[in-house]
Amino acid sequence: MAETDFDLVIIGGGPAGLTAGLYAARARMNVILYEKLSPGGQVLTTDWVENYPGFPKGISGADLSREMSEQARHFGLRIESDEVLSLDLSGPVRKIQLSESTVTARAIIIATGASPKRLGIPGEDRFFGKGISSCATCDGPFCKDRVVAAVGGGDTAVQESVFLSKFAKKIYLIHRRDQFRAEKILQERALSNEKIEVLWDTVVTGVSGLTHVEGIHTRNVKSGETKSLKIDTLFVWIGTVPNAGFAGDALKRDEYGFLLTDARMETSVPGVFAVGDVRNTPLRQIATAVGDAAIAAASAEHYIENL
Amino acid sequence: MAEGVMEINDSSFDSEVLQADKPVLVDFWAPWCGPCKAIAPTVEALAGEYGDKIKFAKCNVDENPVTPGKFGIRAIPTLIFFKNGEVAHQITGMVAKTKLEEAIGKVI
Repeated sequence: MAETDFDLVIIGGGPAGLTAGLYAARARMNVILYEKLSPGGQVLTTDWVENYPGFPKGISGADLSREMSEQARHFGLRIESDEVLSLDLSGPVRKIQLSESTVTARAIIIATGASPKRLGIPGEDRFFGKGISSCATCDGPFCKDRVVAAVGGGDTAVQESVFLSKFAKKIYLIHRRDQFRAEKILQERALSNEKIEVLWDTVVTGVSGLTHVEGIHTRNVKSGETKSLKIDTLFVWIGTVPNAGFAGDALKRDEYGFLLTDARMETSVPGVFAVGDVRNTPLRQIATAVGDAAIAAASAEHYIENL
Repeated sequence: MAEGVMEINDSSFDSEVLQADKPVLVDFWAPWCGPCKAIAPTVEALAGEYGDKIKFAKCNVDENPVTPGKFGIRAIPTLIFFKNGEVAHQITGMVAKTKLEEAIGKVI
């Protein structure tokens, strides 16, 4: 078989990519990890992580990210700052197009995660960063004594709303259904928080303001009743979309665009693996991402040995 | 060649940024912001590469409330490029180094 630059290229430096890198480096594979922003991924925007084992009092997302990348580097993982633009999977030598060069590898682990989904309402693009946010730890402290709204009903929406109550004087938590999907312990905290008012069966239909968000329009999906609420910031936590545009249509996906894998984390193309949030998985957590990654690193090693 | 990222505050902002003789990139950050910590090494690396053409500065929004207020900053990290005393370009949130280099290319 022809020589390649690397045995394994890992794309993405969140918990999944860093764990795959840790295992691959310890397996003494010739491995490199490319991260376009900064190691940590979505965890960096999480104020406090308390459902990842080993940290009884929890740990900040920034600290956990730093510890994970230090651990992987300690065992020899090379982490480079670069963006993968496309993949050429047509031959046994996989080509990875970076921003200014191309590298080759035998196997690839895709760990590019997911990004917060947008609401898709008028004005959203214009106001993003100007009163529409998806990062409470970035923007929450600017909401001191203000009225804010949060949209969603999953873990992120419910947990981050509780975090926002440290700063904001009132939080409308807007959810399109009549119950939350979030962990029960998170629901208990939100429902007993007197600063949080839950608007059930409600969707946001528009944003208003001059240069910054000044208000939102809502509609109750059951009664049809519409309302206008004065708020300063709208936080959107309604799920995620996969970061897999660079893969084109070379890999099979589910109806939402997440990459399909088998139990060994292999995608529809042999030697190409997908792990963590970018994968079609029933649960998107740090704990599930690192589990995926350990399996994928072992699968990639096995794949390369049997080429 | 002026390398590194200079710490600026509310009182030095006018002289160091608005009256600077070359474009200035100001990184508005705070110690509690994870993504701010994550983007800082990228800004430092760019300061090493482009420090002769553009001045790199950072402003702690916790200690300096006036300047961020003046520019309507309510989300961080926010990076603002100033040229001839005016806002030339603004980026909010974490972005890739290539995006920052693109923006630098436009202001120098």
